[in-house]
Amino acid sequence: MGVRTVWVLAEVTDGVVSLTTAELISQASTLGDRVECFSFNVDPSAIASTLGSYGAHKIWSVGELGGRLAGPVVAHAMASVAVNEGRPGAVLVGQTYDGRDILARLSVKWDLPVLTNVVNVTGELPDLVSEHAIFGGEKIVQAHFTHSSTGLFAIRAKSFEIRDHQAVEPEIVNVPMSEEVVADQAKITRSHVEERVGPKLDEAAVVVSGGRGLGQAENYQMIEELAKLLHGAPGASRAIVDAGWVPYAYQVGQTGKTVKPSLYLAVGISGATQHMVGMKAAKNIIAINKDKEAPIFQIADLGIVGDAHKVVPQLIDALRARG
Amino acid sequence: MNIAVCVKQIPDPAAPGSIDPESKTLRRDGKLIMDDSDSFGVEMALQLVDKAGGGEVTLVSMAPNGETSGLRTALAMGATRAVLVSDPKLHGADALTTAKVLAKAIQRYPFDMVLAGTESSDGYTGTLPVQIAELLGLPSVSFAKKVSIDGAVVSVERQTEAGYDDVTCPLPAVVSVTAGVVEPRYPSFKGIMAAKSKPIETLSVADLELDSIAVAEEVQAVHDAQARQGGEIFEDDGSGFEKVVAFLEQLKLV
Repeated sequence: MGVRTVWVLAEVTDGVVSLTTAELISQASTLGDRVECFSFNVDPSAIASTLGSYGAHKIWSVGELGGRLAGPVVAHAMASVAVNEGRPGAVLVGQTYDGRDILARLSVKWDLPVLTNVVNVTGELPDLVSEHAIFGGEKIVQAHFTHSSTGLFAIRAKSFEIRDHQAVEPEIVNVPMSEEVVADQAKITRSHVEERVGPKLDEAAVVVSGGRGLGQAENYQMIEELAKLLHGAPGASRAIVDAGWVPYAYQVGQTGKTVKPSLYLAVGISGATQHMVGMKAAKNIIAINKDKEAPIFQIADLGIVGDAHKVVPQLIDALRARG
Repeated sequence: MNIAVCVKQIPDPAAPGSIDPESKTLRRDGKLIMDDSDSFGVEMALQLVDKAGGGEVTLVSMAPNGETSGLRTALAMGATRAVLVSDPKLHGADALTTAKVLAKAIQRYPFDMVLAGTESSDGYTGTLPVQIAELLGLPSVSFAKKVSIDGAVVSVERQTEAGYDDVTCPLPAVVSVTAGVVEPRYPSFKGIMAAKSKPIETLSVADLELDSIAVAEEVQAVHDAQARQGGEIFEDDGSGFEKVVAFLEQLKLV
């Protein structure tokens, strides 16, 4: 393995390779000469052609984890592959639950720092520069590692374009789960899927989100109704997720989903930096909020200073009338 | 049941943040308060110790300048003691360095569990709890939205992209909790008075017998993101919805 190799964590849900994985492989191809993926909880031959179409040369398959959390198992597999093959120039994971766990464990095993919340990585190995959005995306910080060893990056969704790549047929190598890491670990006993209506939040062309300004949990129905009428996905600010009005799967922002729809309609959301980071890249933004000083108005293409309880029902009626 | 809780003291998020032009890192030299996301870990620890029939809650924290006001808040909520590692050498420390420092501090008192927030509200790195687990050789469950303890096993509802998983994990373990997992209590007057006499052990890097503290990443430049221009803003006079409909028409969404 050379320093010009990039490792990418491949995340798969119900047999489908995540968009973030595709984005990471695409960008990794520009950073070095060779891209190798680590997969888990999936038959690698089922995803090989997909990963290859983005430019992956090899899949290290950790196989089924039998309910174990990915962090310790996959980090152990990566470290053991590196013992024989050498360490790569960089490791890219998505800023996901498992991605962060794996990167954190690997960072300790290799005694190397991490850069997380990355929104761009540029340059060519071994000289990579990462970009991070701070203060709600108002400023971009460019950072790099001062060491010349492996760069460990956790990257936010939708940071890179997925590019066409000359299809590669990736080689598959199994790195089965090690017995020493299996003992005394956390185990998943049951998985719950919180059903959502309409398109997926992070892929929808229209997102309608509600916040504290809705007043009470019952009023979130307006958001769902409006989203349905616009064939969009309903979203939420952290405040109302923390308050238990809607499940976490609805959250847009720093700790939630990053969305990039052609229209983002924010209702009763003031625009805390935590929220703006997750939706600022929307092509068009409409904001409805009572407080005319709300920061959301500074980035909205259209702002309505008004009471959501009045404006939204009128809007719903008008859209219904058009059928 | 003894629980160690990681607490970060951060600049007041309500105040506008600024970047030090020399080090290009976040300014943290003003007054510091307890990070809101850590108040959930403190509350969770107090409740779990209570349910287990007693025990100690030890706060561990790191700050370059000896600041303790955020720790006093957590002590006033009911924590037993605090260990603060404060050293000018830690200025600009990254998450891995911080994890090494806190892992050492945690080991000074007996513990069955380590609790932390999932990520801080100023740095957002989000790897610290699991780095601590790996350093201590412990299992971890991150992004817990519900936590209960039964004997030597902790049961957690862990957030996933699609919903949540029920996860069980043997103790000792490191658990990171999300905001909203419990309702943090307000310190009572009695609590605030009691906190004044609770012990805060202040240590330097040398006291922890850590080999080296190295700054391993640096900020090259900070620049303004491409600014988004604000558009038109209207006060709703009963016809606000029409402006929205017109905008939707422009976008060909209706």
